[in-house]
Amino acid sequence: MAVIHEIIAHYNHWIIIFLMVSGLYIVVARGNMIKKLVGLGLFQTSVYLLYLSPGKILGGTPPILSPDYSVYSNPLPHVLILTAIVVGIATIAVGLALVVRIHEAFGTIEEDEIFAEDEDE
Amino acid sequence: MIAANLPALQVVVPLLGAVICAFLRRGAVAWAITLVVCLVMPAIASTLLAQVLTSGPISYALGGWRPPIGIEYRVDVLSAFILLLVSVIAAIMLPYAKRSIEQEIPADKHTWYYAIFLLCLCGLLGMAISGDAFNIFVFMEVSSLATYALISMGKDRRALLAAYQYLVMGTIGATFYVIGVGFLYSMTGTLNLADMASRLAGIENSRPVLAALAFLTVGISLKLALFPLHVWLPNAYAFAPSVATAFLAATATKVAVYLLLRYFFTVFGASVIFAHLPTTEVFLLLSVAAMFGASIVAVFQENVKRMLAYSSVAQIGYITLGIAIANQAGLTGGIVHLFNHALMKGALFLAIGAVVYQTGVVKISDMAGLGKRMPLMMGAFLVGGLSLIGVPGTVGFISKWYLVYGALEQDWWWLAILIVASSLISVVYIGRVVEVVWFRQASGPVKRATDPPASMLLPTLLLAAMTVYFGIDTSATAGVAGLAADWLLAGIR
Amino acid sequence: MKLDVIFRIAAKIFIPFMLVFAMYVQFHGDFGPGGGFQAGVVAAAMVIFYAIIFGLESAQKIFPQRVVELMVPAGVGIFASVGIAGMLMGENYLNYSPLGPDSAHGQEYGIILVEIGVLVTVAGTMVAIFYSFMGRDR
Repeated sequence: MAVIHEIIAHYNHWIIIFLMVSGLYIVVARGNMIKKLVGLGLFQTSVYLLYLSPGKILGGTPPILSPDYSVYSNPLPHVLILTAIVVGIATIAVGLALVVRIHEAFGTIEEDEIFAEDEDE
Repeated sequence: MIAANLPALQVVVPLLGAVICAFLRRGAVAWAITLVVCLVMPAIASTLLAQVLTSGPISYALGGWRPPIGIEYRVDVLSAFILLLVSVIAAIMLPYAKRSIEQEIPADKHTWYYAIFLLCLCGLLGMAISGDAFNIFVFMEVSSLATYALISMGKDRRALLAAYQYLVMGTIGATFYVIGVGFLYSMTGTLNLADMASRLAGIENSRPVLAALAFLTVGISLKLALFPLHVWLPNAYAFAPSVATAFLAATATKVAVYLLLRYFFTVFGASVIFAHLPTTEVFLLLSVAAMFGASIVAVFQENVKRMLAYSSVAQIGYITLGIAIANQAGLTGGIVHLFNHALMKGALFLAIGAVVYQTGVVKISDMAGLGKRMPLMMGAFLVGGLSLIGVPGTVGFISKWYLVYGALEQDWWWLAILIVASSLISVVYIGRVVEVVWFRQASGPVKRATDPPASMLLPTLLLAAMTVYFGIDTSATAGVAGLAADWLLAGIR
Repeated sequence: MKLDVIFRIAAKIFIPFMLVFAMYVQFHGDFGPGGGFQAGVVAAAMVIFYAIIFGLESAQKIFPQRVVELMVPAGVGIFASVGIAGMLMGENYLNYSPLGPDSAHGQEYGIILVEIGVLVTVAGTMVAIFYSFMGRDR
């Protein structure tokens, strides 16, 4: 019973691991370029959870100063993840812009089709 | 006031330059502003280096918040060396860029090219100067996103594919870095690198810290194109605009090596990395595989830019070999090869860019007979090639000398022999180009080629001359690299 | 989309509220969750919503391409200028304390100004991305 309790207590880490691995799998295993970007976004989301979930202090309030409370949750992970989310959005935006241009230049966004017609150097 | 704020100005001036360039309409004005910024950068970097050499590391608190609470910009010998390297390369390559960009990129995109180039420069300089782990990630992504955009501006449509592949792999690398920093933050409670180093004192062998080290190493190795994580590099360098390739080949991977050195020696410490963990074996294996594998693949390439890209992967193997050897001589060899390789590859890629500008050919077999028609450019190519091989009198020899010396100090005779043997492979692929260029008859577009105009000629010749000069008078480069190696090994920040 | 009455009426009701919400999130960032990035995205969502319902041309009459392209570097310029203002008054870069009569007011003014810079850049970027994606094949 103690083992199961241990496993359930770390549920946030299990979620992080699941998202991380599934995101990486999608990037590696799917040939459609937009699906790869979706996998990348999923992978980055797991990293946000990795920072945020230890930031919540048990028994802590949101980190807004008030005379009634003495234990606050840690605000620093939230600031870091806000920055990381913006970086993630910029990356996905650049990636999607590249996919649009690739579709115009090659006519397809499936990687295996593009490599098949690629001229050899 | 300016003197006290130099570390901040090093990053802010390119950023403001990028903002101004983004407002403009005409490419020539954007180039002029970029030129002004790129001439100011080496001035700031050399002032910082001189200050560090006389009075020790500089600490600059951003926003007035004292470290470790605030973000700190920390300049020591290694950071100042990298800052100087990146700014000098940017300043030398910028006059070359004007004509090269005019030919390779459509006219309405010129201002965007210069704005993105300045953002890339800002990101690279920020990565080298920042002393806060997450701030380094922000600058790393600024420079990486700018790099993806720069690469995608190439003429060939495969540039888009190369940029996409680099984007996917580079983002995975950056996210691995963030995961590593996340573990370190939850174990030490701080993001400031110097503070992290002192707080890691008791807990270096706990599992989260070792996991953090693993994630950081893989993430940074993706950015520095260590074999086998180098897959993005050949396509990216082959299809980007010529001057973008030259700049990236000379600077982007070097700053990632700086990051690896910073984490290995300053945050974790040489005793943790090399005593209990198999770091030496792993890096030796990967470096030797890079040196041999990439050189052999370079021999069979038809596209000369691709050949030089694989050669870059091999040279990065030498740099990480210096890290693996990890004594004073080996580390000096690795650090000085950062500078030397930037000079060599910069000269080589600029020479090839001039060939593309004058004739439009990139296949080696099409370059027949160029030697007589573009003697200065091909001469610069030859000097760069001799330096790749490691002929005495060029900078390549200096780096290999230190690496062999370091290997022999550790009684690794087999490694010294391997270093010399891999240099012989460079003879093959450089010799191929030399044979085609000088000993065959010209045909097609090559017949009308001449040496390029002065704005493109002088930077290439300057880099080639520096390749020879710093191979003879090594006091500046090897001296500073040796100092940096001493500081790293002693764990001083 | 143009002919569907329900969408057009609903959009006309929603869009002003989206703008108010964006401004609320922007200025609430001083006291609680919020700030420039979130507000910028909501403001951009308002423009994108309008462009989806009423068409790209009518959206570009109100928010022209050139203005949106200028907003992107303008916000970065505002942020960097606040930092340089702190530098000109003798402190380090991005020190907000000298901007007001005392340190607390200086920090408040500095944060309001940089959040406005972030709002301008983020809204401009999101709308510019949307315009460039929707404007192809025309």
